[in-house]
Amino acid sequence: MDPIHQFQINTLIPLGSIGGHPFGFTNSALFMFVAVGLAALLMIGATGSRAVVPGRWQSVAEGIYEFVAGTVRSSAGSEGMRFFPLVFSLFIFVLIANLLGMIPGFFTVTSHIVVTFAMAALVIGTVIAYGFYKNGMHFLNLFVPSGVHPIMLVILVPIEIISFVSRPISLSVRLFANMLAGHIALKIFASFVVALAGAGIFAVLSPLPLILTVALVALEFLVAVLQAYVFATLTCIYLNDALHPGH
Amino acid sequence: MDPIAAKYIGAGLACLGMAGAGIGLGNLFGQFLSGALRNPSAAEGQRGTLLLGFALTEALGIFSLLIALLLLFAV
Repeated sequence: MDPIHQFQINTLIPLGSIGGHPFGFTNSALFMFVAVGLAALLMIGATGSRAVVPGRWQSVAEGIYEFVAGTVRSSAGSEGMRFFPLVFSLFIFVLIANLLGMIPGFFTVTSHIVVTFAMAALVIGTVIAYGFYKNGMHFLNLFVPSGVHPIMLVILVPIEIISFVSRPISLSVRLFANMLAGHIALKIFASFVVALAGAGIFAVLSPLPLILTVALVALEFLVAVLQAYVFATLTCIYLNDALHPGH
Repeated sequence: MDPIAAKYIGAGLACLGMAGAGIGLGNLFGQFLSGALRNPSAAEGQRGTLLLGFALTEALGIFSLLIALLLLFAV
């Protein structure tokens, strides 16, 4: 059983080709629509009644709102709340896409680097555009640590620039690698169960990898939620640089 | 060398990187526990930071695991 097979992108509805590349509605696109649809359903459906005393779903929606708002306020300040819609959309999309992927047989949208890199590039693009818009050339102070001897700046400025340039890469690879490695590990441990069950006397050992697989599923649920939180938190920290450049 | 053998050796070597994540996670939770046992009342508020550190550290180990898995299944 090939553990990579679950990440195969299949074209469901071909829509012709652009420049020789096939173009169509894929299973990845389908699950992105499902994730967005679920997010919209949860948020619009839950807050539609606008009750003063929230019901079950409304308190879930309000809890998620308060959680993300607290994250934005604590790491980007109250000025950062103007980016709340961006952070909240990213958080809820990544969270629902990660959790959807945990359902057996479902496609994990965030296990493809093209998806996560697009989101990371959006974040860093926003940081750069807003940083220059708000601070002008002072935004470049981000690369010059204050209170440092001028000779040290020769070393520190390139380090700061490299660390800034590697941010979209680390942000996207972190999410994609966690999802990819987690799902491959699940598949490999699950295939141990099958392999041991068909191995004569060793079949008595087959519950061991099964227990491990169940534990791994629990860990993967933790990772799915945690990575969405990490993505949102790091987005806030990077946006904080655009709002308050200079160390 | 047989390229298939080189692939497997490379995958094994790539997994060595996870030792660093192991050290990091042990350090993280050890330091958290020693701090939390000294001042249990302040520990509750730091759980979010702990989990953030856990996710960031674990991701670095996952990077090396990813290289190993890519070598095994994708190359």
